[in-house]
Amino acid sequence: MPMTTAADTVTRAREVAATVTDPEMPMLSLVDLGVLRGVHEDADGCIVVTITPTYSGCPAMANMRSDLQRALASAGFDRVEVRTSLAPAWSSDWITSGGRRKLEEHGIAPPHAVRTQASGAIPLTLVARRPVVQCPQCDSLDTEETSGFGSTACKSLHRCRSCGEPFDRIKEI
Amino acid sequence: MNRHDDQASPYAGLVDADAHDQWAFGTSFDDPLAGVDTTLADGIDGADLATYCVMLADDALICTQRLAQWCTNAPEIEEELALANIGLDLLGQARLLLARAAAADPTIVPALPEGSPVPAEDALAFFRDEPAFRCVRLVELANGDFAHSITRLLAFSTFRLAALQRLGGSRDPVLAAVATKGVKELTYHRDYAARWFITLAGGTGESRRRLEQAITAVWPYVDELFRPNPVEQRLVAVGAAVDSSTLRGEFDSVVGQVFRASEWSPPTVLPASLVASRSGRDGIHTQALSYLLAEMQSVARAHPTGTW
Repeated sequence: MPMTTAADTVTRAREVAATVTDPEMPMLSLVDLGVLRGVHEDADGCIVVTITPTYSGCPAMANMRSDLQRALASAGFDRVEVRTSLAPAWSSDWITSGGRRKLEEHGIAPPHAVRTQASGAIPLTLVARRPVVQCPQCDSLDTEETSGFGSTACKSLHRCRSCGEPFDRIKEI
Repeated sequence: MNRHDDQASPYAGLVDADAHDQWAFGTSFDDPLAGVDTTLADGIDGADLATYCVMLADDALICTQRLAQWCTNAPEIEEELALANIGLDLLGQARLLLARAAAADPTIVPALPEGSPVPAEDALAFFRDEPAFRCVRLVELANGDFAHSITRLLAFSTFRLAALQRLGGSRDPVLAAVATKGVKELTYHRDYAARWFITLAGGTGESRRRLEQAITAVWPYVDELFRPNPVEQRLVAVGAAVDSSTLRGEFDSVVGQVFRASEWSPPTVLPASLVASRSGRDGIHTQALSYLLAEMQSVARAHPTGTW
């Protein structure tokens, strides 16, 4: 590795970490997804990368961790530690505008903004909310949710009544 | 090119480098609390916190095993996905809570042979015997039919959401973080169960008959959710736990709303009897748990050092 300043090193490590993608949605980088929480160099010169899980049981965390380690090792960073950050909990609001655009381009509807819960007991939602969801294939607004739970923890299943295509959507959380 | 460089191999990503990541029965993320500060706050007893986290973890773990039994058996593929996804969320909570428990009191982790690749949370899940499980009996009951499983999920998710919401303020920051995340997940689970409950109640004579049977079978195990226990009470006193008995009001209000929407009166059933005033939280379980554990644990126990 050429001689660089500490700031350069961290900047370069951050650039490398930002190229790592989500294993299930490879069109999104971990930055687009809002999962990469920080990159810094500790006192011993170790690059510390912090990520946060989208859902408690998200199995993609393991791949993200090893992909980060491999990408940084390939870029010449010998000592890398990937840490978990549990608080604050990930929110779908953290998906960047670029990430939302990429999702749509790949046929996945992006989430709306999360409704913030005022204090007090969380209300039941007995009738499924019917948010206006635009079909990522044909842009029609005439779509329906077929299941609140989809192919991964973070998605719901939808169908477009105009073009008839099924599609995934990232849920608000 | 004849390079066996791990970094260059396209297969490198499929296998993690750390030895214990490759235990055949666990997950590959070597420490779910990597980099998380697990220092105990002043006044919180490590053994008590560990036991309390095991209670919360076992509820989720055993419920997950029941939900997983619906795979290939659910009425429709959408429901199969839903039940499996709910189980996945709960399994994630269980894993973090078991890891938190092991960090708070390492002596609770079952001893395994020297050099065993089994991480602490997996050792707790796969190598504890039935009396060491602290789950409420509600989650261990056999699945029964779809109405039965939905009724149980309604009761469990309503209770757990109320508990986790309050635990977001726990003085143990790890427990607080796991709970805060869990609240978002449980909100979806409870809505799912409540909507299906109302659908079954308003369906056919047969679906209503089955729901009625389900309530009769499940509701006797609801009382136990709100029974205080000494470990919990000691942790309530130091601001680390929630007093289960205080959750009854919210529970009754939420399920009351679901019963009203179903045009059903809230059930009046006698609570399932305790054993010398002890129950699930004390390690006293129904017969159903032993069969469940045999299914869940037997392969891992037969191959405690199995790797791949």
